[in-house]
Amino acid sequence: MSDKILEAINIYKEFHDPVTVAVLQDINFSINKSEFVAVTGKSGCGKSTLLYILSTMDTDYKGELFIDNEPMKNKKEAQLAAIRNQKIGFVFQFHYLLNEFTVLQNVMLPGLKLNKYSAKEVEHRAMEKLTMLGIEKLALKNANRVSGGEKQRVAIARALINDPVIIMGDEPTGNLDKKNSEIVFDIFKRLAEEFKQTLLIVTHDEGFAKKTNRIIEMEDGRIIN
Amino acid sequence: MNYKLLINIAKSLLLARWKQTLVAAIGVTFSISMFITLLSFMTGLNDLLDGLILNRTPHIRLYNEIKPNKDQPVNSTAEYKDHYNFIRSLKSGGTRQEIYNSAAVLQALKNDQRVLGYAPKIFAPVFFNDGSINIAGVINGIEVDAESSYFHFKDYIIEGTAADLNKVSNSIILGKGLAANLLADIGDIVQITTSQGEQFPLKVVGIFQTGIQDFDKAQSYASIVSVQKVLGKTSTYITDIQVKLKDVKTAPALALAYADLFHLDALDIKTANSQFETGSFIRTLISYAVGITLLIVAGFGIYNILNMMIFEKMDSIAILKATGFSGKDVKRIFLLIALSIGFFGGMIGLLAGLGLSAVIDQIPFTTASLPTVKTYPIHYNPLFYVIGAAFSLITTYLAGWFPSRKASKIDPVIIIRGK
Repeated sequence: MSDKILEAINIYKEFHDPVTVAVLQDINFSINKSEFVAVTGKSGCGKSTLLYILSTMDTDYKGELFIDNEPMKNKKEAQLAAIRNQKIGFVFQFHYLLNEFTVLQNVMLPGLKLNKYSAKEVEHRAMEKLTMLGIEKLALKNANRVSGGEKQRVAIARALINDPVIIMGDEPTGNLDKKNSEIVFDIFKRLAEEFKQTLLIVTHDEGFAKKTNRIIEMEDGRIIN
Repeated sequence: MNYKLLINIAKSLLLARWKQTLVAAIGVTFSISMFITLLSFMTGLNDLLDGLILNRTPHIRLYNEIKPNKDQPVNSTAEYKDHYNFIRSLKSGGTRQEIYNSAAVLQALKNDQRVLGYAPKIFAPVFFNDGSINIAGVINGIEVDAESSYFHFKDYIIEGTAADLNKVSNSIILGKGLAANLLADIGDIVQITTSQGEQFPLKVVGIFQTGIQDFDKAQSYASIVSVQKVLGKTSTYITDIQVKLKDVKTAPALALAYADLFHLDALDIKTANSQFETGSFIRTLISYAVGITLLIVAGFGIYNILNMMIFEKMDSIAILKATGFSGKDVKRIFLLIALSIGFFGGMIGLLAGLGLSAVIDQIPFTTASLPTVKTYPIHYNPLFYVIGAAFSLITTYLAGWFPSRKASKIDPVIIIRGK
């Protein structure tokens, strides 16, 4: 099992404001299928910046990026959006649920956007994901009526709805207490082991990082380990 | 493209801020209903004012003008034919006012497909005798039926009936002002003196009022036969033919053709009453300008509300983009929001406009100069509603376009990292 899911070659990025500073240099690494990778480093070392480049949302960089062996350079905004929709699941520090929708609708949204399955099937799949994460009871509640820990689990269900090739997380436990952090970590662990899900999680939580299969450590815009 | 999903999202965003949405929609409703009402009322008023003169004005009037003969003998002589001849002290010649061969002209008009109808007329200047006082006036000899059906003659009769002109021999219908001056009422006899000095008694069978004071003070109507009798002419004697066309726009061209064909003078409605068209045009222009201004103001309302909504929904937009909605999708969502405000606001506005017009249509409006008008005039024209609907959609689309573009350009990285 050494299919490359994600490969970064010579990624370089600089910020121009107020003075030109290179924030990422010589970033070369790849992630294989079903790896559970943590990116760690001190605050400001560029790990989040790297994640947003890898997520295709930030396109202002030099170097090359392959997701699922497909080059991401020179793609149009709409094409990148379609790739994010189909191949990448996101879990952020903040849950970003749409308050106007129920939990179930929030999970269904990317699925409906993909438009691969009928609305009925998407609903069924969304319920499956919610059941898997143990929050099926919340399905019909409004998104702003559930607790913080539960919201993060809803966000994970939403990330899973289109069976992405990789799940990316930006400090997914950063806003949670210890107990909820553990729940979220256990979910990730389970996804990696049971479902062979590839995960790339940015965190500064050493404890969290240590429990993953692989740690990429960053300092001053470079990978040091 | 999954429009159903976009519509669903747009609907949820709309309903989440339903109070603001309502305010925006009411703005559109208000402006559309005012637009419709204003145009209907203004056009109604235009029609009324134009009708005051134009209803009674023939599209083409055929007559003989008293004027000097254009063909002077000196121009025909071989010697001076090619010269430019100045002739002084020329007098109007013996042209008669009578239309020659009137029966043939009428027959030709009857066969002309472009003509809706015609009414022959005799124009006879007379004096109305009131004791020792003579009041100058005019008797119009008319065919009552043709005059009524093509030139609304019946509408202006305020006492008596038009048909009595035919039933009662030697009868006359006086203008209101003229009747007052003569102290004449229905059933009275008035004496007239023709320009040839003949005296004749006529029986008053009705009184008319057009709303134009000078006209009502000098004019009167009698049947053609009566006037022929008064003037001592034969039954073919007429001085005017009033023609009503199917298409009023052809009047100037046709007038020229008739003048040439019948060797008569022809005056068309455009030349005779060009000031009315200018007035109507400017009033309509003002109504449109006011209506569109109202809509633009409503458009700014929508623009504000969408901008605010986008500011509030930054997070939602960011996550939509992160999970695979393209900038285009986001733009469509906000355009849908703007258009649905325009659509529903506009629809209700059209209905409200119709309602308001109907209410104005019921408000009493009586004025001495307009005997046929009882309520404020409203012109119901489906075109106004089509224009209103189109404008409501166009303005809301434009108002939504800039905020939508802004939403589509939101960078999710900045929003998400900013937390």
